[in-house]
Amino acid sequence: MDEQNNVEMLEERVSPSLKKIVKEKEPLVTHQTDLLPKINVQNLNVYYHTTQALKQIEIQIKPQRVTALIGPSGCGKSTFLRTLNRMNDTISGARAEGTVMIDGVNIFAPNINVVALRRLVGMVFQKSNPFPKSIFDNVAYGLRVHGIKDSNNLQERVEESLIKSALWEEVKDRLHESAMALSGGQQQRLCIARALAVNPEIVLMDEPASALDPISTAKIEELIHVLKRDYTIVIVTHNMQQAARVSDWTAYFYMGSLVEYGETKKIFTAPDKKETEDYITGRFG
Amino acid sequence: MPTKQSLTQKNIRLSERAIEKILLLAGISSVVLIGLIFIFLFKEAVFFFQTASPFDLIGKWVYDEWASKNIFNMMWQAVSKIPKYSLVPLICGSFLVAFPATLISAVIGIGCAIYLSEIASNKTRETLKPTLELLAGIPSVVLGFFMLAVVATVVQNLLGTKFRLNAFVGSLGTALCVLPIIITISEDALRAVPKELRDASYALGATKWQTIFGTVLPAAISGISAAVILGFGRALGETMIVVMATGNAALITLNIFSSVRTMTANIAAELGAVAQGSEHYYALFVVGSVLFAFTFILNIFSEIILSGMRRKLRM
Repeated sequence: MDEQNNVEMLEERVSPSLKKIVKEKEPLVTHQTDLLPKINVQNLNVYYHTTQALKQIEIQIKPQRVTALIGPSGCGKSTFLRTLNRMNDTISGARAEGTVMIDGVNIFAPNINVVALRRLVGMVFQKSNPFPKSIFDNVAYGLRVHGIKDSNNLQERVEESLIKSALWEEVKDRLHESAMALSGGQQQRLCIARALAVNPEIVLMDEPASALDPISTAKIEELIHVLKRDYTIVIVTHNMQQAARVSDWTAYFYMGSLVEYGETKKIFTAPDKKETEDYITGRFG
Repeated sequence: MPTKQSLTQKNIRLSERAIEKILLLAGISSVVLIGLIFIFLFKEAVFFFQTASPFDLIGKWVYDEWASKNIFNMMWQAVSKIPKYSLVPLICGSFLVAFPATLISAVIGIGCAIYLSEIASNKTRETLKPTLELLAGIPSVVLGFFMLAVVATVVQNLLGTKFRLNAFVGSLGTALCVLPIIITISEDALRAVPKELRDASYALGATKWQTIFGTVLPAAISGISAAVILGFGRALGETMIVVMATGNAALITLNIFSSVRTMTANIAAELGAVAQGSEHYYALFVVGSVLFAFTFILNIFSEIILSGMRRKLRM
């Protein structure tokens, strides 16, 4: 869309990490304005084979904020989340149309390096999925994948990530034991540490606390609060209270469409649409 | 509930219990059969030691007329003035065929399993897998015949080997037998790796190759090892191909291009021609027991490894 309209090359204004997601020396196409949303989605349609999973999604996600995606099962919120780091590419038959601009770069452009994109857009899954390796190797995995071999550097960044994910104190004496021996909540925080280790700017979370007990859930929510200082967080949740607690912005999806998007305060107190209110108050879904 | 209905329910319960018992019997029967075979094999083998010493299984001091002195003879010469029952050349032959066969089929089989589970499209897999399973369905006598008539000549022409039929030709044929086992079990192991682990790897920006070699293979390594061990057991037990393709000379050698005789080939070739109850007859049962012990231990090993893997991947 903006390729046609007043486009400018603003390479010097783009963050250095962003440059890496463009494969070669292709000029970066960006908006002129400084008040860019971190993620700008226009006319997004996603299909699985012939079924349309997302319809005409338009949404601007703010940097350094937590955006919650809510809606009943099968409404497309997880699909939307997985579009943002192109994880849907791994599902055969999945196809996306439209534009998703991250810092002004369309991630569907043919010259996008998906590997670098996923480094920039980290992801935490619903079911904690540590590798059957040691705690250290789990966190170091992403770093090693991106070519970091120096052991001092690895050590430093693993420690840093574990501190950020509030797990360091619990595991510092057993870094080389299997990650499978950790509790569910610890495993999920390990997965967050693993995602943070590669220095992403955006962190996607797909119901990160749905399989956890209340205490572990509280720890994860606390963590999200701290992390939003440094990261843009998009979180899918089924838990209304959780969405209200952790997020600054909330998007309500229904049947593959974005019904309403606004500040969490407003969505949960005075939503514009009747459907949103029905869902939030539990009259439906 | 009316009494009529409870009556019929009782009948159902009875027939259900009968079915359960019948199925239990079917389940136990295989265990009982294995036990019986085990007992039979060892019982017959024990008779060998009534007339011979266990030391004979390694070798025997025999007076050599050429050298005019006693020399330690490690040979399998069951039909001879002084019968010799050394297992050393047979075990040597078995391993000289089974090791290369397992090696060849492990390299090809694991590669094939990776391709099938990680790379091939569904359509490709659906045509390739049945074709590979067809390989398992070829009677080993046909493979042996093919080895003896065609491959042996080709190998000799290519490599200029001294013996047309040798351990290498036998192991090529055996590799064809072992291949489907390694492919099937390795592929199962690779597919048992949860999709969540692959997703985690991709989400960290790993490429397909990094995901396969950094995540999927390490997670499946115990299953793949079990596949290779089972394949090795199968290679040790393979009979028809080695009877036909290895030349059947009971030599102690490490030369893969030499003719060898395996334990299995030895039993197959001789058991039909010995007098029941003779020392030679019992000696063959000793060979069979040793072979059985080898494969039994290998199977137990692979079972331990596989159950270890299932524990590790349970998330």
